[in-house]
This record gives sequence, C-alpha cells and structure tokens, in this order.
Amino acid sequence: MRVGVITFPGSLDDRDALRAIALGGGEPVSLWHGEHDLKGVDAIVLPGGFSYGDYLRCGAIAAHSPIMSEVIAEANKGMPVLGICNGFQILVEAHLLAGGLIRNDHGTFIRRDQKVRVENVETAWTNKYTVGQEITVPLKNGEGGFIADDETLKQLEGDGLVAFRYLEVNPNGSLNDIAGLRNARGNVVGLMPHPEHAVEPGFGPDTTERMQSGVDGLAVFQSVLTATVLS
Amino acid sequence: MATVIVDVMPKEVLLDPAGKATARALQRFGDGQITDVRIGKRFELIVDGEITPKLLEHIGEIAKDVLSNEVIEDVVSIRAAD
Repeated sequence: MRVGVITFPGSLDDRDALRAIALGGGEPVSLWHGEHDLKGVDAIVLPGGFSYGDYLRCGAIAAHSPIMSEVIAEANKGMPVLGICNGFQILVEAHLLAGGLIRNDHGTFIRRDQKVRVENVETAWTNKYTVGQEITVPLKNGEGGFIADDETLKQLEGDGLVAFRYLEVNPNGSLNDIAGLRNARGNVVGLMPHPEHAVEPGFGPDTTERMQSGVDGLAVFQSVLTATVLS
Repeated sequence: MATVIVDVMPKEVLLDPAGKATARALQRFGDGQITDVRIGKRFELIVDGEITPKLLEHIGEIAKDVLSNEVIEDVVSIRAAD
C-alpha cells in the first residue's frame, strides 16, 4: 500500500512519518502541499509541525493549501487520512473532524511521554489495537487543548468517535481527556500525540524493560495496510 | 484604496490562556482595577476601489470561513476604516 505524507511549509515530522510508514510495512510517498497530485497513494498522513508558523490559527492556512482540495475529496470518498498533532489541527480546520484545538490551558508548550487509551478500533488507523489498550507515545504541543460545544461533545461520545483518550495526566486541558478523534466512517483519524515517534527500538519512549524501547505507535501504521479503501 | 477592518475574538465561553497570562502580568501594574484580559485579532484588509455592500458580503464570508474558526472564535465586527 502506498501511503503519502504531505509536507507543508513548517512541517517537522514528515520524515519521521515516512519512516514509520516504511517500518509498518507500507510504501512511503512524499507529497507536496503546493501541488494537486496525490501520486496515486492509497492513504495519506498529515504530519506534525508548525505549518505556516501557526500564523492565523494552527493548521488554518495549511487547510486551504492546494493539495487539501484533493485530500478533502478523497477523504469524503473513504480514503484513509491520518492527522498527527499539526495534522490533527489541519483536519479540524478542514472540517474533516469535529471541534477545535486551542492553546494549552496551562499556557506552556509540553513535551512528555504520554499514556493514552485506545477507545475505538473500528478505524483505518487503529484496527490493530484492542479496545481499551493502553499505549505510551510522545506528546509535544503548544495548542493541543481539544474543545467542542456541549452538543458536539455529546455526539462524539455517543457515537463512539473518540479514538484516543489521555490517561493519568491531561496534558493540555482537552475536554473529556480527548486525545484523538475519528470521523463517522472511520477512515479519518486525528490525534495530538505522536505515534510516529514510537515505532523503532532505541528511539521511542522508555518502557519498564529498556530505555527508549517503546514501539506502541507502530500499530497505527500497520492498521492502515489492511484498511478497506472505499474509493 | 480603502481599508476594511475585521475583528475576531475567542468565544466568551472558552478559556483564553494568552489573555489569562497577560491579565496575571497586569496585576503588577496599577491598582489592580484590571481584572481580566481577552486577546483577539484585528485584520486590516486593503481593498481596491470602493467599499460596496457586495464587497462587505464577500469579506463577511472570508471572515467566517478563513479569518476565524467558528468553533473557537466569533467575528465581532466588520467595518470600513475611518
């Protein structure tokens, strides 16, 4: 399966995402924000970083970049799309996922190895996990506070659209400890923590066995390989 | 050339961490009469020709779709500069 990663001006984790895709068994493909060419990919990752320096609002300018018209069209036809951190912010600004992301409630940037619970596994990006599985992946953001109005929040919870939830520590003031969301169809997933930074022994979070040996994020990139492409 | 000013504010129900941090800093100034701060954005759009109702309608759409995110912000005013 060919999985594309879009590089925007200010993307930081595009290379890590490409590597994670390869380690998961997919064929990574670099895509460029300024083109309209998806290069025949079967799935797309919007990587972390600070596209356009977070000017206007984080993810807002990237959500209107040329390639996003193709991404939105394909996502609406069922192509798997994953947004990580800034990519999640872009998906929210593109209205592919609900709610909004605002500055952390404590006002500072945070970087920590974060424990999260996988809440929903009926998605293109989480089907290799089990419901309730607890994983640890790095988190690093300044504007990761998830918010939505009461009605939207009720709908997200009622329809099982919360994909990941923070455990032990809510690192940014997100409502209901929401760390990641899915869309109704399950092909679009966004999350603030970084699964692509926990895919390779020696470079992941610490585990009880060994330093930096955590690879809990790898299943995200393995999940998409067996996801049904509906388009 | 004319200028249209668009003001955008974070929704009142939301915590505004930047405003809160600024409000705390302002406690060190004056006699404590300033109790809270909310920080928004002011956009100045420079336009060609006259400001017509049609142009303002167009700017209204841009303000809603691009300059603000209605989930977290409100467009509080759109007006011609003096």
